[in-house]
Amino acid sequence: MKKKNSYLRAIGAVAWKDLAAELRSRELLSAMLVFSLLVILIFNFALELDIKTRDAVTSGVLWVTFVFAGTLGLNRSMAIEKDRGCLDGLLLAPVDRSAIYFGKAISNLAFMLIVEIIILPAYSVLYNTNLFQPGLLLVILLGSIGYAAVGTLLSAMSVQTRTRDVMLPILLFPVIVPVLITAVKASGGYLQNLPFDQILPWLNLLVVYDVIFIAISFMVFDYVVEE
Amino acid sequence: MKSKPSALKTLDIVSFILLAVATYLALVFAPTEKVMGAVQRVFYFHVATAWVGLLGFVAAGVSGVIYLRTQNLKWDLVEQAAVEISLVFFFITIVLGSIWARPIWNTWWTWDPRLTSASIVELIYLAYLMLRQGIEDPDRRARFGAVYTLVGAISVPITFLSIRMFRTIHPVVIGNKSAAAEGGFSMSSDMKIAFFFALFAFTIIFIDLFWNRIRLGQLQQKVEQLKLKVME
Amino acid sequence: MIKVRKLVKRFGLKTVLRGMDFSVDDGEFVALIGPNGAGKTTFLRILASLARPSMGAVNVAGFQLPKDAADVRRRLGVVSHQPLLYVDLTATENLKFYGRMYNLPDVDTRINEVLEMVGLASRRDDLVRTYSRGMQQRLAIGRAVLHDPSVMLFDEPYTGLDQDASTMLDEVLRTVAARGRTVVMTSHDLARTEDLATRFDVLSRGKIAASATHEDFGSGNLLSFYKGVLEEGKKQ
Repeated sequence: MKKKNSYLRAIGAVAWKDLAAELRSRELLSAMLVFSLLVILIFNFALELDIKTRDAVTSGVLWVTFVFAGTLGLNRSMAIEKDRGCLDGLLLAPVDRSAIYFGKAISNLAFMLIVEIIILPAYSVLYNTNLFQPGLLLVILLGSIGYAAVGTLLSAMSVQTRTRDVMLPILLFPVIVPVLITAVKASGGYLQNLPFDQILPWLNLLVVYDVIFIAISFMVFDYVVEE
Repeated sequence: MKSKPSALKTLDIVSFILLAVATYLALVFAPTEKVMGAVQRVFYFHVATAWVGLLGFVAAGVSGVIYLRTQNLKWDLVEQAAVEISLVFFFITIVLGSIWARPIWNTWWTWDPRLTSASIVELIYLAYLMLRQGIEDPDRRARFGAVYTLVGAISVPITFLSIRMFRTIHPVVIGNKSAAAEGGFSMSSDMKIAFFFALFAFTIIFIDLFWNRIRLGQLQQKVEQLKLKVME
Repeated sequence: MIKVRKLVKRFGLKTVLRGMDFSVDDGEFVALIGPNGAGKTTFLRILASLARPSMGAVNVAGFQLPKDAADVRRRLGVVSHQPLLYVDLTATENLKFYGRMYNLPDVDTRINEVLEMVGLASRRDDLVRTYSRGMQQRLAIGRAVLHDPSVMLFDEPYTGLDQDASTMLDEVLRTVAARGRTVVMTSHDLARTEDLATRFDVLSRGKIAASATHEDFGSGNLLSFYKGVLEEGKKQ
């Protein structure tokens, strides 16, 4: 019992540490937020977001924004550990490495969700659509989980290479395609008020992806951080 | 590790001969297809190279897992060889596919499941090679490579399934009733000969290239070792 | 306390540690000195369970590495030349984090104790970002002794410290870290090392080239002993 307790405590400690530090400096969140708003702005000029096409395109725009802003968060989160050797500090703790993975993944997910919660109303106001539908929120949650799960693993790798920040998107994007496809389709379905049985297969696939990749990532995390 | 083992030399020659024969079969022996004309001949090599690419893909994933379990760098070399070969062969597949698509569907590219998945696989391979480039320590390089091929190997089939939920215009050639309607066709027995021979020939070519590549990697390691000895 | 036999560490084709033998008894303070690139940091990382040996047997506090790594870590405190602290958190928060990671009971009481010991109680709620390097190192020592380990590893702890900070670090080292514990320290600062340690081992070319205590120096001192060993090594 004590062992399980220390495991959960460690996960909580890592996640809390990231959130507490970020709440104080707010560097990461502000960067992600400003970046997201800029991306949406650019989309305004790049795509014709008039009323007719908007609903079809909105989910795509949102997800592209989240994916790109997400890499900022993932990179920074791992860079903090690597730069001051703090990763060693984590590895010295007498706790299973996967606890570090879960702690980091949870805080990465939290950062993404915080940014998304702020972007949604911003987008709603700018383009006069209501994005606060429970179905859409569910999809965003599921998609972010999958993204953070794989992203945390791959950012732990990319931060240890010479090319650092640049490496993460290159590694992450081809592998995150299923999340993107299913999330965009499901989001689009909810926004366009399609019948539920048309949205369900996409939701299913998204959940399957999430489960598979959380499992793979935490099993393989050891190999990425240990020497 | 001296000169090439004779078995490998023989295999080199055999592969070359098989390639020549397969080319003859595809370009001359097989009858011209009624509807599509000569461009259909691309199909024999297109499927064969895709098959080789797939072999490499699976080999890479499997050897990655084996490396992680055994920590034996030999498997890392196998994985790297598999990725490189698969990268090249999938590229040939895509190019041949484009050559076929242009006259038939009037487009160089479509976003159907197979083509899109193949492109994503290529991007994953390129990411893999770039990842390895950025790491000095051989053990870490091997570990990260293995982890990434594992992640890729699992992600790609799911990607394929996801895209497949859309309608596809990619012909389903082998045994499909409405083949003609989708740009497919049924094969005569002569065509079948050319087709299966190409598959066989390219499998042998794959083994030949694989063996050569692994041998090359081992020679590289030997050179590294000698370099270090001289430096001390 | 620490027993190392025929330790080999390879990075790919490069061998850094070549069949090293090393042992430390309970309560000893051993200084590990040697030229750059000799493998000191690699060796310390292996002892700290942060790296895996390629071959050989490593025993720390009665547990085998890498098999019983978690058990070893519980009894191990590590201070490296990087402070391993989070700059956007306060001293208290940093210690609280590590306290939780080590699953300590009564974390708050222990944190107060430790902050007193390293002389940072007055700055406990200041961000580590505002600390001088010397203060960061002292807090790092606090972090390292939080879980009351029996073995301490120091990797170049004086790096980047001026005279005052170094002297203060000495004090903390003597009273907090070294007392009652087994210590292995690497350092280039021979003068300070000479005062602190009871035994001196020279790591050269991946092996322990020589080992000596204060008595063995005779008329000379650590520096002359060290130079002598390196000369010997060059002759071979």
